[in-house]
Amino acid sequence: MRIGALVRNADLAHDAEFARSYPAVAEALLSGASAQLRNAATVGGNLMQRTRCAYFYDAGSACNRRWPGAGCDALKGENRLHAVLGWSEGCIATHPSDFCVPLVAFDAVVEIEGKGGRRELPLEALHRLPGETPERETALERGDLIVALRLPTEAKDFARHARYIKVRERTSYAFAVVSAAAAFRIEGGKIREARLALGGVAAKPWRAREAEQVLAGARPDPAVYREAARAALAAAKPSGDNAFKIELAQRIVARALTLAARGTPDRIPALPGSPFSSVAGA
Amino acid sequence: MTVELSLTRDPAHIRHGSNIGQPMTRTDGVLKVTGKARYAADNHPAGMVYAVIATSCIARGRVTSLDVAAAKRYPGVIDVMTPAHKPELAEDPDAKGNPFAFRMELLQSDEVRYANQAIAVVIAETLEAATEGAALLSPRYQVEIARVGLDAGEAYAPPVVGIGNPAEVRHGDIDAGMAAATKLTDATYETPAQYHNAMEPHAIVAVWDGDRLFIDTPSQGMGFAQMRVAGLFGIPPANIHINSPFLGGGFGSKGLISGPQVLGIMAAKLIGRPVKLVLRRGQMYGPVGHRPPTRQRIRIGTDDAGVLAVINHEARVTTSSFDDFYEPAADASHTLYASPAIRTAHEAVRVDTGTPLFMRAPGEATGSIVLESAIDEAAFACGIDPLEFRLKNYAEVEPTTGKPFSSKALRQCYARAAERFGWAGRPLQPRQMRDENGFLVGWGMGTATFPAIMFQGNARAVIRADGNGVMETGAHDMGQGAWTALAQISADSLGLDFDQLTFRSGSSDLPDAGIAGGSGHTATVGAAIHNAGAAVIAKLAELATTDERSPLFGAGNAGVVARGGRLHRRDDDARSESYVEILARAGLAEVDASGSGAADAAAQSQYAMHAHGAVFAEVKVDPELGQIRATRLVGAFAAGRIINPLMVQSQLRGGMIWGLSFALHEEAVMDHRSGRILNANLAEYHVPVNADVPPMEVITVDEHDPHVNPLGIKGVGEIGITGSAGAVANAVFHATGIRVRNFPIKIEEIVMGLG
Repeated sequence: MRIGALVRNADLAHDAEFARSYPAVAEALLSGASAQLRNAATVGGNLMQRTRCAYFYDAGSACNRRWPGAGCDALKGENRLHAVLGWSEGCIATHPSDFCVPLVAFDAVVEIEGKGGRRELPLEALHRLPGETPERETALERGDLIVALRLPTEAKDFARHARYIKVRERTSYAFAVVSAAAAFRIEGGKIREARLALGGVAAKPWRAREAEQVLAGARPDPAVYREAARAALAAAKPSGDNAFKIELAQRIVARALTLAARGTPDRIPALPGSPFSSVAGA
Repeated sequence: MTVELSLTRDPAHIRHGSNIGQPMTRTDGVLKVTGKARYAADNHPAGMVYAVIATSCIARGRVTSLDVAAAKRYPGVIDVMTPAHKPELAEDPDAKGNPFAFRMELLQSDEVRYANQAIAVVIAETLEAATEGAALLSPRYQVEIARVGLDAGEAYAPPVVGIGNPAEVRHGDIDAGMAAATKLTDATYETPAQYHNAMEPHAIVAVWDGDRLFIDTPSQGMGFAQMRVAGLFGIPPANIHINSPFLGGGFGSKGLISGPQVLGIMAAKLIGRPVKLVLRRGQMYGPVGHRPPTRQRIRIGTDDAGVLAVINHEARVTTSSFDDFYEPAADASHTLYASPAIRTAHEAVRVDTGTPLFMRAPGEATGSIVLESAIDEAAFACGIDPLEFRLKNYAEVEPTTGKPFSSKALRQCYARAAERFGWAGRPLQPRQMRDENGFLVGWGMGTATFPAIMFQGNARAVIRADGNGVMETGAHDMGQGAWTALAQISADSLGLDFDQLTFRSGSSDLPDAGIAGGSGHTATVGAAIHNAGAAVIAKLAELATTDERSPLFGAGNAGVVARGGRLHRRDDDARSESYVEILARAGLAEVDASGSGAADAAAQSQYAMHAHGAVFAEVKVDPELGQIRATRLVGAFAAGRIINPLMVQSQLRGGMIWGLSFALHEEAVMDHRSGRILNANLAEYHVPVNADVPPMEVITVDEHDPHVNPLGIKGVGEIGITGSAGAVANAVFHATGIRVRNFPIKIEEIVMGLG
């Protein structure tokens, strides 16, 4: 599946074939922003959202992304929703995209037109962790243009067991506190292959390969989900008043895995990504 | 022949009910949905230019330099107004003339009192040029350490809270109450700073013509605004013409004219051209008031049977470093529950913010969520159902004053809402109910209350020779429906069908209608309209009943009644005469009369006057993830006479949603070092979206109140928040067993509390 960079989020999510093939991606898209924003936002634009926080926007605050070397006022500031994985003293902001979370789980590839011609990059390699150079957010070079996004055909094999779950502070038009995309290929009652990624926890959409390894070959049951959740957050540490996010992330991982194993719903719920998506009328 | 003028509480001439009480849709609805309603910022007088405020990004200190030259070099920039270059004012903007005068920043110095304060105004031919000019000012500061939060400094006892309320009130013997109590709830709660966030930002279009001033600006109080502007510019109030037909919400933030609006007037004066100034969303977090954060300790003592012995409600609030407004949070405990001993007390801390001001249910909202949560705690401590506990401690008279209530149908509110909600059989213990999906389910309730306040308002009524009528009053429609409800009262007050009436409003050139605040606008202006109508009908009646040619001759003024454009004999309905006939025979083009409305001091000294209500909430909580979803809200309210059930339902519904917002969403996040607000935008300052609003039901309970005012109106603008916020919070406790005492309730408290 090749998706042009200028395709609108809403058009993509509502494309019947796309939603059937990649239901967790469609659910993630529809859980993002608001209906109005989804009507305007594009695939390429979504990938290129800045990793940011309130201090990035506040011109009076120090922010290494805005002004390399200035420092990070978020570090000892109001930071209950900041990163718990992959952060550095240079930046503790999170990447806000919902869309990118299942995309990295499914090994999406970005097509880039640059000075040296066209090249490809795994989406997972597009966003960078802050390290010493938080101002360098992506692997793009000057003059690069994202022209398309590709989802490998194998990603369709997960279509029957794929969910995106997002906890947020209101039901729409709010970034994830933490989110998770989970998908399985289940054969003979066993997990043949698992995919897992988290959102709202790091400067990039966070692929949890250690957790996937825990799940591969196991029988789908709550104990193994919990073990996978622990593995996914093993490296996590609070960057401020956000230790709860480590616990919450593990629970969301376990929930997303549980729901994915239960099976993709016939249609995308009215409250996409919501823990309450199963509630009648919700 | 003696003319019997009957202008008592039950005037002889007027039959209310033909229009009052009808669920009429908004008379301005079509204008609004078609975009034809002209709000302040929609005005573009010829030659108009744009002003943009440059705001401070520090919360305390001084501006040491502004690059005015850089701003002025930018193409299109006309001038830059700064402390060194501005029109002279006739009055110090820091002067305190009356309790409603608050200090404002009009570039009187280089001092910075809070983040987002105006430090300069750039005037340009286009909005873009003014915006760029403001950015080019590149201010430098001498920064002082900002005082932020409820522990920023020494607390002190404020002289008064709200407008003139004593900071401490004692009723009964607190020590004896504490000693007598066998069960004591002692809990400390915190509520956050909140900002009004009216959809329409504060805006002004100002045009000077000599020493006359024409302004389009949203106002909840044109009379006050006229007085303030008159003082500042040294011109008579009558020279100031304010046009304010529609407000895109006010919630108290447009009750008093704000500094930025006056800066627009100054800019127009400085350059001698019409100027438009509109605040950006982020600029509304500072100079136009807010609800301050509070920390409230409340002690509720009862005997073993749950009978109250004492309520001791203490509130610490913040105010600005330079002015005095004190959120009367603890006052919420004055009226609701019959405790033999009640103490309410306030203390304050000065911080580097704009001055907090009236925000929808000021004091009642912050106090109610705490009182209702603590009452829930007390009921739980006694092992008593929260509704039963409230009924057991029902106040038959106002507890702190001993006055009887002018009317109080709260029992009916409890009963109707509880029945509709299905409260019976609710388990006392929390965490007992689950839905079919395994979500925790909780039910909570709260009592709603708000005082029946009146201000002073005037109206002028006219009956014309063609039989049609006019009612004029400078009232304010914030979206609550004044254009409709006041017109309904007008039509009945003139004895006319609705389509025979011209209702004029929204301008300071009309009789001063007082402030649209305190939930008292319909009551105040309604009374003025009623009295103006009665007075003009009395004139018609006098013409008719003293004229031998009239079928009404000799009936006496009290012997006629106005209806459908005619006066009828009270004792013989068949004998009547139309307004047209009466005026034609008298040879008059029209008759007019004025009326005013205000609180009746005698009745107020005799009775406690409050609206009441009961709100029941259901929430569901994810037992692992802690996410909360409100799933049902039912409220029943008794607020005297209901003028328009549609508008009233809408007001109450909106208030209840605000209560939900208070409990679960709304909070201004301030950096504890810089004093800057980090979420000064509608993306991050969360209010509920449609998907967060549950199915709601609003019940209005009939209440006849002969004492509050001639029409028996109590007002519904603010009461909906009270009760609702506590009901939602209590439902969260009932679902989870977790009592969160910091609002809004955050996911981490639930996640970590669920274990």
